[in-house]
Amino acid sequence: MKTHGSWWALIGALIGTFGGMAHADDAVHAPVFALYTQECGSCHMTYPAGLLPAASWQQIMRGLKTHYGLDASLDETSQLTLNTWLTAQAGSGKYAREAPKDQRITLSAWFLRKHRVGEVPAAVWRRKSVGSPANCVACHADAERGDFNENKVRIPP
Amino acid sequence: MTKLTRIKLRWAHWVVALAALAAPAWALTPADILASYAQAAGQAPQAPRGQQFFDATHGKEWRCSTCHTKQPTAEGTHASTRKAITPLAPSANPKRFTDSAKTEKWFRRNCNDVLGRECTAAEKADVLAWLIGLKP
Repeated sequence: MKTHGSWWALIGALIGTFGGMAHADDAVHAPVFALYTQECGSCHMTYPAGLLPAASWQQIMRGLKTHYGLDASLDETSQLTLNTWLTAQAGSGKYAREAPKDQRITLSAWFLRKHRVGEVPAAVWRRKSVGSPANCVACHADAERGDFNENKVRIPP
Repeated sequence: MTKLTRIKLRWAHWVVALAALAAPAWALTPADILASYAQAAGQAPQAPRGQQFFDATHGKEWRCSTCHTKQPTAEGTHASTRKAITPLAPSANPKRFTDSAKTEKWFRRNCNDVLGRECTAAEKADVLAWLIGLKP
């Protein structure tokens, strides 16, 4: 089923995004896009687009049938729309310095440094309330908005 | 007919036309979607078989119930990401199974994850018949 709505959503999102480009420390570019939230936020949190370089997002979009072991495949129009959008909204600076292994945000050099053992004990990742390093919202309540302010971090018991 | 009747009729046509435009073309009921799977399957859906199917493993690690729970009037949890999943049963979540493209998309993905293949129309019909029958 062709969904031309995806194209209008893309246009609207691009217009809307440029209003939200204010940056502060620990603020990651996290534009909102209805199609992204709907398709990429149903199984996991919506990861801010600014957390990965464009090449990584493109790689993810190419491999949706085996997306970290699961089938996340999409219709062609949605896939193209999201690929275009993610490429445009991808990270810059330290977030674009490398393409992490398996396109995993949690294997980026900056992530590993920020969450090193001295900062976050290994056992924390195994807590039921946390689950894995990929579950940003467990400790960063506003992660989906790109807010990773260290003062707001709360590691659940 | 009188002039007044003709005027009233013209207004009525506009009201009906606008109402038809306002109603989404894709708004179906779970019963509609079930009917189309049952027709494709060429057999009557069987809810008990659907429940069995939902809670069984099919050659891989996960069952449907792994994420959606054994009683999908309840909220589920994604087994990998821990993200909450709204209830699957229409009685608990009226938006479920009202969009055929969305229904097909999720069957495609999740049957691939659970069975390693597409579900047949009969399997979809059985599962949907069971889900529709669940009371809140």
